[in-house]
Amino acid sequence: MPLSLMEGNEAIAWGAVNSGCRFYAGYPITPATTIFNTMLKLLPPMGGICIQGEDEIASIGSCLGASMAGLKVMTATSGPGLSLYSEHISFALGSEIPIVIVVIQRLGPSTGSATRGADGDIQFMRWGSSGGLPVIVLAPVDINDCFFLTMHAFNLAEEFRCPVFIASNKEIAMTKESIDMDAIPRPKLKERAAPPPGKSFLPFEIGSDRMTPDFLPIGDEVLVRQTSSTHGPDGYITTDFDQIGKNQERLRKKIVSAVDRFSFCEAYMEDDADTLVITYGVTARAAKEAFMEQKGEGKPVSLLVLKTIWPVPENLIKEKAKSFKHVVVVEMNLGQYVREIQRILPDKKVHFFGQMNGKLITPHQIKEAIANV
Amino acid sequence: MSNLLNKSRPLVFCPGCSHERIARILDKSFQNMGLNGNQIVMVSDIGCSGLFDTFFNTHAMHGLHGRALTYATGLKLARPELNVVVTMGDGGMGIGGAHILSACRRNLDLTLLVLNNFNFGMTGGQFSATTPSEAQVGSGFLNRIERPIDVCEVACSAGATYVTRCSAYRKDLAEEIERAIRHEGFSVLDIWGVCTGRYSKQNKLTPQTIDETLSALPPREGVVENNARKEYGRFYREVAESQKPTPPPAKIEKKFDPPESIRQEVIILGDAGQRIITAGDILCFAGLTAGLKVTQKNEYNITVLRGPSISEVILSPEDIGFNGIYRPAAIVAIGQEGVDRRANLFEHLDKDALIILAKGVEVPSSNATVHLVDFKKQGIKTHDRALSSLSVMAKLNKVINLKMLQSALEARFKEPVLTSALGLVDRVDIA
Ligand code: SF4
Repeated sequence: MPLSLMEGNEAIAWGAVNSGCRFYAGYPITPATTIFNTMLKLLPPMGGICIQGEDEIASIGSCLGASMAGLKVMTATSGPGLSLYSEHISFALGSEIPIVIVVIQRLGPSTGSATRGADGDIQFMRWGSSGGLPVIVLAPVDINDCFFLTMHAFNLAEEFRCPVFIASNKEIAMTKESIDMDAIPRPKLKERAAPPPGKSFLPFEIGSDRMTPDFLPIGDEVLVRQTSSTHGPDGYITTDFDQIGKNQERLRKKIVSAVDRFSFCEAYMEDDADTLVITYGVTARAAKEAFMEQKGEGKPVSLLVLKTIWPVPENLIKEKAKSFKHVVVVEMNLGQYVREIQRILPDKKVHFFGQMNGKLITPHQIKEAIANV
Repeated sequence: MSNLLNKSRPLVFCPGCSHERIARILDKSFQNMGLNGNQIVMVSDIGCSGLFDTFFNTHAMHGLHGRALTYATGLKLARPELNVVVTMGDGGMGIGGAHILSACRRNLDLTLLVLNNFNFGMTGGQFSATTPSEAQVGSGFLNRIERPIDVCEVACSAGATYVTRCSAYRKDLAEEIERAIRHEGFSVLDIWGVCTGRYSKQNKLTPQTIDETLSALPPREGVVENNARKEYGRFYREVAESQKPTPPPAKIEKKFDPPESIRQEVIILGDAGQRIITAGDILCFAGLTAGLKVTQKNEYNITVLRGPSISEVILSPEDIGFNGIYRPAAIVAIGQEGVDRRANLFEHLDKDALIILAKGVEVPSSNATVHLVDFKKQGIKTHDRALSSLSVMAKLNKVINLKMLQSALEARFKEPVLTSALGLVDRVDIA
């Protein structure tokens, strides 16, 4: 199998253009900048647009404009930029604007350490926007995932008309790896649904068997309204409490109720283990090694690597954890996702190991955490 | 041409508010231009001016305070044929200052109407970026101790190609708005008006006083000759068309067998300027020529021309899981800063680990085998020492062999660099 060499960030960019992304706007920030660099090489020659915004707010704002004009769009940043994205993430959520947002996590808080990895923004992605509506977050483990999950992220953004995050980490983003892009299975591309021809169109009308409104772009023949205000089906402000409440519930449900269809994961199950390790992101690489070593030493554990982080794939986790007494959650922060695991597995002993010092968690540390159970 | 005002959504401004007048005049401009609603997108943000999009039968996008220009930028780049008209108050102008500067510098064909009524009408008459110091507003004394800005002067100095300062009561406002929309580039209209709901209750502001104040200011009217230049979208597409497509990354076929088919870690420790990262790349390519999986992590200071430079490479016949370095097979030590940064690596080295050490660099004592090379004596310059060390490694048949290295250089470099790199690799003496 002939192999190529590239960074995780480059694989995200290639995944994006292969998904039909034709608009990218970003503001330089380590460790996300190489996505911008790659998009700038790829998009303009294929008729797409790549611009550098004056700041992160403008970058994501122009993506929202371009998305409403019908293009598939992406932006990328790290923690400090994610803070600035917040107001536009809630716009995209409440007003159902498809966008892929790549977050290359680095050690925080605040400007923190630009070239050190962390998974410190996992709850921030979920809750860092006004209104608290659910989001979709996918977390790659390696370069293949960077490509593969980016393509899925675009499909999910199109299908559900929502922001979809790629939660990467400096340790994946700026690490070069061998990759065979042609060998990675590519999903069939999805496009936001247009109303059937001749049917009357309201920008936020929901068909009876549907959870997501049809889409027409701003700029075509039929007039389209988009608004960040609380709106009814016609895209005008509404004060009808009943309508408002139903709509909020729909926005929640359309994401949460569908997660079983996109619960990406890797599961390594051992029959005689009584401990399940749950992790995600770059830490999964150390966990896989710990898993192999434990097995080799005759002390097998099972391992669940989550690649869909939000909405929490509750059914998947409950199913995989069913037969275990102990669950060890390992993450590159001081304990964020472990809260979700505790919440959905109240009858298990949930243990936690975390580290937030800019260093990768090692297989040895994970084995120690398992031994301490 | 028919009226584009939305009959089912009558204007709802306070009696006497100049926004109402501007909305009607804007509609007249659209009619005079013969535009259909679907040829226009109204983009607005927060404040009373943010109601504009609801009054017109056009495309519309209404968003967060001060950010209208950001959506407009995406819309216009994606749909160059659309007439993009942005309304913003003096409030949105202030909070979105960075976007105004940027729009002026870019010169994308957007029309910005700043509905300037010197205060935040919607939130209770607080001071804005244009409130005069002497005005009585809802922010107590705060506006008295700040200075307002002149958006037209700001726009001109930021490179706007069309700037007009005028009164909402100007007779030919419809014609002026039409000129601004027709202008191919970014146009800013600073339209002074009266907020009867808040501002003019406490401050004397009438069409007459607006005219008096305007006539005392240097006029700003239309095209800014000094800033005249190509429209951004047109310019962008022209330049983009001449860009060569980027081919997918090179694919490297397996051609050789590596010296050993096991996971091997190599760490290259040097200083900025020693082409350490490039050497790490080449080592990865060498691995690919033997069908190995590879990972590479680099470390260098943010000030790239100073400090340590380190590349960590793993080559393995299996998929590489954890990609921290824990048992390096080889260490290239050619720069003191890199060695010092990773000084604690040496105490755990195995005895079959190999250190390729440049004479003059000190490494902590360890169990590993040290292979000393006097690069200086061989006339090898400091920036060639990283590649030279790979040559030494290959000639010692450690981790890579010479064929892998040569083939990697062929994959990584074009002429004339290739010939000189191959020559260097050939020339290096392992002692
Ligand atoms: S508050 Fe002022 S700006 Fe708002 S509608 Fe009333 S008069 Fe107009």
